Amino acid sequence: MDIFDFSDGREGYYGEYGGVFLPEILHATIEELIECFRECKADPKFWQEYVSLLQNYSGRPTPVTYLENLSRELGGAQIYVKRDDLNHTGSHKVNNVMGQGLLTQRLGKKRVIAETGAGQHGFATATMAAKFGFDCKIYMGAVDVARQRPNVFWMENLGAEVIAVEDGQKTLKDAVNECMRDWVTNMADTHYILGTACGPHPFPEMVSWFQSIIGLEAREQIVAQTGRLPNRVYACVGGGSNAMGLFQGFFDEPNVELIGCEAGGEGVGSYMHSARLAYDDASVGVAQGYKTYFLQNDEGNMSETHSVAAGLDYIGVNPIFAHLHDQGKVRFEAATDAEVKETLKLTMRTEGLIPALESTHGFVVALKEAATMAKDEIVLVNMSGRGDKDIFTIADALDDAKWKSFIGGKADQYRAEKK
Amino acid sequence: MGLEAFIAERKQDKDLLVMAHVVCGYPSFEDNLQELEIMAEAGVDLVELQFPFSEPSADGPLFVRANEQSLKAGTTVDQCFEFMKLASERFPFKVLMMGYYNTVFKMGEDVFVRRLKEAGGVGYILPDLPVEESANLHQLSADAGIEPIILMTPTSSDKRLAQLGAASRGMVYVVARKGVTGSKTNMGDDVVALIDRCRQHTNVPMGVGFGITSKADMDFLRGSADLAIVGTAALKTWEESGAEGLRRFFAELLA
Repeated sequence: MDIFDFSDGREGYYGEYGGVFLPEILHATIEELIECFRECKADPKFWQEYVSLLQNYSGRPTPVTYLENLSRELGGAQIYVKRDDLNHTGSHKVNNVMGQGLLTQRLGKKRVIAETGAGQHGFATATMAAKFGFDCKIYMGAVDVARQRPNVFWMENLGAEVIAVEDGQKTLKDAVNECMRDWVTNMADTHYILGTACGPHPFPEMVSWFQSIIGLEAREQIVAQTGRLPNRVYACVGGGSNAMGLFQGFFDEPNVELIGCEAGGEGVGSYMHSARLAYDDASVGVAQGYKTYFLQNDEGNMSETHSVAAGLDYIGVNPIFAHLHDQGKVRFEAATDAEVKETLKLTMRTEGLIPALESTHGFVVALKEAATMAKDEIVLVNMSGRGDKDIFTIADALDDAKWKSFIGGKADQYRAEKK
Repeated sequence: MGLEAFIAERKQDKDLLVMAHVVCGYPSFEDNLQELEIMAEAGVDLVELQFPFSEPSADGPLFVRANEQSLKAGTTVDQCFEFMKLASERFPFKVLMMGYYNTVFKMGEDVFVRRLKEAGGVGYILPDLPVEESANLHQLSADAGIEPIILMTPTSSDKRLAQLGAASRGMVYVVARKGVTGSKTNMGDDVVALIDRCRQHTNVPMGVGFGITSKADMDFLRGSADLAIVGTAALKTWEESGAEGLRRFFAELLA
């Protein structure tokens, strides 16, 4: 199936979801972007340049790792992991960012802006901007700036300006709004590097296209290693770009089940989560430039969301998944904060792998289900990011007393130096 | 009377009309009412009542905060329509709904048009709803005699302006510059050229907004635009100097 083969008059729509809902002032900018993207997508040389850039700069192809210990311990399906954590900057975000960087060059623009939640996308964008020589401004909710200082530190040291957004809930969605406000002012020289497969067309298609490299590689690798396709494929879903990336390798396979793993936060009925499709709390709406399932109230104002993983803490889900969910082509489950912490400990101790809190959501569901499957079955999980760079967040999440005492000591030392 | 006829009637006595703006429920509905009284006294011709939304991405900082505070205070769609009804019955100016499309989408386009009509609104401005997505809503509006206000912008190509012109009813909102609401626009020849360009594609009256703050701006637009649209400057005045300040602001603007 080609979900990007739009029927006449429905470009940018996936079933009833997607579209372009933006102020008129951006109409010409979006038209220009769509045209440029169409040219890039139709040009095999562009894709070659993209792949070669990622090979030489980011270490692609990333491997697929067999989790022998964990498979044995759980006694069910054989577990394989796609290692996008091994990318430069530590996550799959760099794929999309490098792709859009090449596209920004084609557009002839000199300045890039981006929203960021956990800071991974902002970090990747600042890295790309440094390499390509673009001016770079990153919008980040003030709450996220406070909880993700290490990423802010790197962004600033890479030469980007980081703006702490003080509006609304001061998280990812508010950073997106602030990017829109910058873009409606500066579109003449600025490209908006949207970080996930959400937002107005062509972003869902474009980000999915760049991320499809994950699925292309993974499919070939798992077949080479096991001689066949996996039974089930898992990935965490915030906006949904890493999951779209991996799943595209298996869309045409009726015997491969695809499972999106959302942030269950404090669980069903808590209203403190970011599960748009796995739980029943979201409804269809239009915000941030597109139509999809949003966590919102009856009057269309967005609800507060929550997750231990800042990168999944978002009101909407990509419109392609909303459609595939309706069609029953992707199943959605949620992992709670508590489950994520337990699974992270297990993965570290058993396999020496430190998945990002975001990616760990995929592991929670995969490991739970693998344990109930037959030994000759295979599951594949996307490790979309690495967790070691999130040491502050993870140490908090695991409530590590020694870490706290270390930070306390550091703080005392800085205070003494100040005096 | 429809919006276009109303504007034509008002234009018999003055050459440049004024459309003002309040964010429903900010600072409070009592304050809103006082603001409207001052606007009516000053002779304001049209008022946009903004229904607050949690993601006001086309608005600048002052309105963003106003939307946020209003929602925090518990403002509902019901209250906004009630307030609109009160305003449309009490004051000589006409009222329009301004807001974001999700507010309309969630209640249903048919319900929205019916409720707007019942509340005495003559039209609506939805900055995040492009014409491509408007066919059904525009049809419902035409049936009810409600006008969708189309926005034309400095980045719109002639081809696009022709498309927008074909869909325009009642009046057009000409966005004087790029950006969000609330920062200063240097009124210059490019604004006049933009209005002229827009007029080539529609015969409905032209309102010009974004960054209008002073009598000098009004004088500049006279003879070129039909309406001046004043938003942020009035709210800023209300916040800084209350009812007295706002009275002075409109008196100077309309002098």
